[in-house]
Amino acid sequence: MNIHEYQGKQLLREYGVAVSKGRVAFSPKDAVAVAKEIGTLPIVVKAQIHAGGRGKAGGVKIVKDLDEVRAVAAELIGKQLVTHQTGPEGQEVKRLLVEEGIDIEKEFYIGLVVDRATDRVTLMGSAEGGVEIEEVAEKNPEKIFYEVIDPVVGLAPYQARRMAFNMEIPSKLVNKAVGLFLGLYKVFSEKDASIVEINPLVVTKDQRVLALDAKFNFDDNATFRHKDIVELRDFDEEDPKEIEASTFDLSYISLDGNIGCMVNGAGLAMATMDTIHYYGGEPANFLDVGGGAKKEKVAGAFKIILSDPKVKGIFVNIFGGIMKCDVIAEGVIEAAKEVELQVPLVVRLEGTNVERGKALLEQSGINIVSADSMAEGAKKIVELIG
Amino acid sequence: MSIYVNKDTRVIVQGITGSTALFHTQQMLEYGTKIVGGVTPGKGGQTVEGVPVFDTVEEAVKATDANVSIIYVPAPYAADAIMEAVDADLEMTICITEHIPVLDMIKVKRYMEGKKTRLIGPNCPGVITADETKIGIMPGYIHTKGHVGVVSRSGTLTYEAVHQLTQEGIGQTTAVGIGGDPVNGTNFIDVLKAFNEDPDTYAVVMIGEIGGTAEEEAADWVKQHMTKPVVGFIGGQTAPEGKRMGHAGAIISGGKGTAVEKIKALEAADIRVAATPSVIGETLITVLKEKGLYEKCKTK
Repeated sequence: MNIHEYQGKQLLREYGVAVSKGRVAFSPKDAVAVAKEIGTLPIVVKAQIHAGGRGKAGGVKIVKDLDEVRAVAAELIGKQLVTHQTGPEGQEVKRLLVEEGIDIEKEFYIGLVVDRATDRVTLMGSAEGGVEIEEVAEKNPEKIFYEVIDPVVGLAPYQARRMAFNMEIPSKLVNKAVGLFLGLYKVFSEKDASIVEINPLVVTKDQRVLALDAKFNFDDNATFRHKDIVELRDFDEEDPKEIEASTFDLSYISLDGNIGCMVNGAGLAMATMDTIHYYGGEPANFLDVGGGAKKEKVAGAFKIILSDPKVKGIFVNIFGGIMKCDVIAEGVIEAAKEVELQVPLVVRLEGTNVERGKALLEQSGINIVSADSMAEGAKKIVELIG
Repeated sequence: MSIYVNKDTRVIVQGITGSTALFHTQQMLEYGTKIVGGVTPGKGGQTVEGVPVFDTVEEAVKATDANVSIIYVPAPYAADAIMEAVDADLEMTICITEHIPVLDMIKVKRYMEGKKTRLIGPNCPGVITADETKIGIMPGYIHTKGHVGVVSRSGTLTYEAVHQLTQEGIGQTTAVGIGGDPVNGTNFIDVLKAFNEDPDTYAVVMIGEIGGTAEEEAADWVKQHMTKPVVGFIGGQTAPEGKRMGHAGAIISGGKGTAVEKIKALEAADIRVAATPSVIGETLITVLKEKGLYEKCKTK
């Protein structure tokens, strides 16, 4: 789960991490009010969408007076902002972050991620801030420093200190940076984040160390113990079908093709997409119904697929282990009857309770093309939609 | 022979009184697995499916002499269940549970350092040695006894591969699902090593997917140490970048962990890669024939 920059900064404030003065605004009037509250000029107005690359796309403006704050806010709110991460259709701006302008002396990078290679949380830092860190990692890997964190001890002050010195933070500001890094790790571990990234972290002309941006990503598997984080979710930033899917606890991702897929297991779901592709089709979605799904969940999944107007046919590919084929069949039958299915449906069932599942489908009277393997099913659905 | 588990493996089921655990306990018993006990705190003294239930793992192990456990405990409590199994000095614990918070798993891995227990999973289908023991949720009927080892990050894709092998008349020694989570107990290299040392395993099928670099590291290991042919498949070749495909593990970011890179690494280690999941069986047979192993691997 992602949150907005202004929400991330609020969270950082609560953990004692220094951020620039500012607040969210939902209208030009709001924006001017926040700017007045800040009381200094210039002011920075930043479009709040979840995608990165906002600066380059014109979503971040530095303005010199209050009239300009109003004008820029009016221009940004309602705008479809297109960045390299939004896709060509862009994302509508509904919220702005209005902040004090900062006189920057130098920009840095600091971030925390889960590193699979060490099975640990790792602090990553670099003196190369404000740029794409992936590019730095590729071209100048020696310019990125790492501190692997023991989960029992947490980020040790000596590690934070070593990082600050490695990043060439001015000596007299190292203690401020250390405090900031320790706060970052604290919020990361206490809120079950999976990524916290501050790019740039800055040293200001007046010798402050500030988080000028805040990118948070939280572990979806841990949101059950963080009601406060769940409340920060912005549904405007998500695909409505993906929101619907999440209410059924389904893993669903909307794609560009026209063949709806319902599969159990993420690996098989990806392999099914690959196979459809191989036979010349394009999947409309990734959908993993997961393990022990109930009939209602399966029916819900089926309806979500059909709510996509692009879908010209559906391929259900199930290899039941923990998932029982008869439960899948019941869910498919219930949903197909309810929505009066108009598009071709190919079903491949194998695994736990397969005989019962196949019998249910046959007796249902619904027009279902059955397939004995994933390849056969993929081929059939591609042929059926022409 | 086989790896990790066989007909003598004595299994306890952690979280045995839950509905999923009950169903699969039944299925495992039907397959012939020696389930000697179950654990559900507060339900000690009961009997389910003819199996005695205990309050703690320690107690269950003492009473039954179990050496392996399988975990069906819900995600918020699963990390604790793994640590309880490790504390009881079991040889192996297999965690089926999905959606365990990753920071919980990081703590579990730290807790396991210096302890003897091997963890398989979490978020995995389990381990099966054909015709001997099934410790997991995989459908038993698709497996036949033979000489090919299977290791996979994805549960259902393992079934797909095993099913094809059986249909093509190629039996298996052991099939191991290592799970799709970013932080897990056993990796490809651990399992490949075990298959390499098992005299009954003549070839291995390895199924990976996008995300992380586990496949690349495994390919490196194969290149240097593996004496048996390996056939591979990588799921997610057409997945768009930056989208999380269900498994927390399956996310491509910053151009790392792409299917293209993984396939390149596998091929560089002389691992033949199946173009689609439907030809994993065929690809293996081609390789077995080239190596003169086909007749030895064919189930009579």
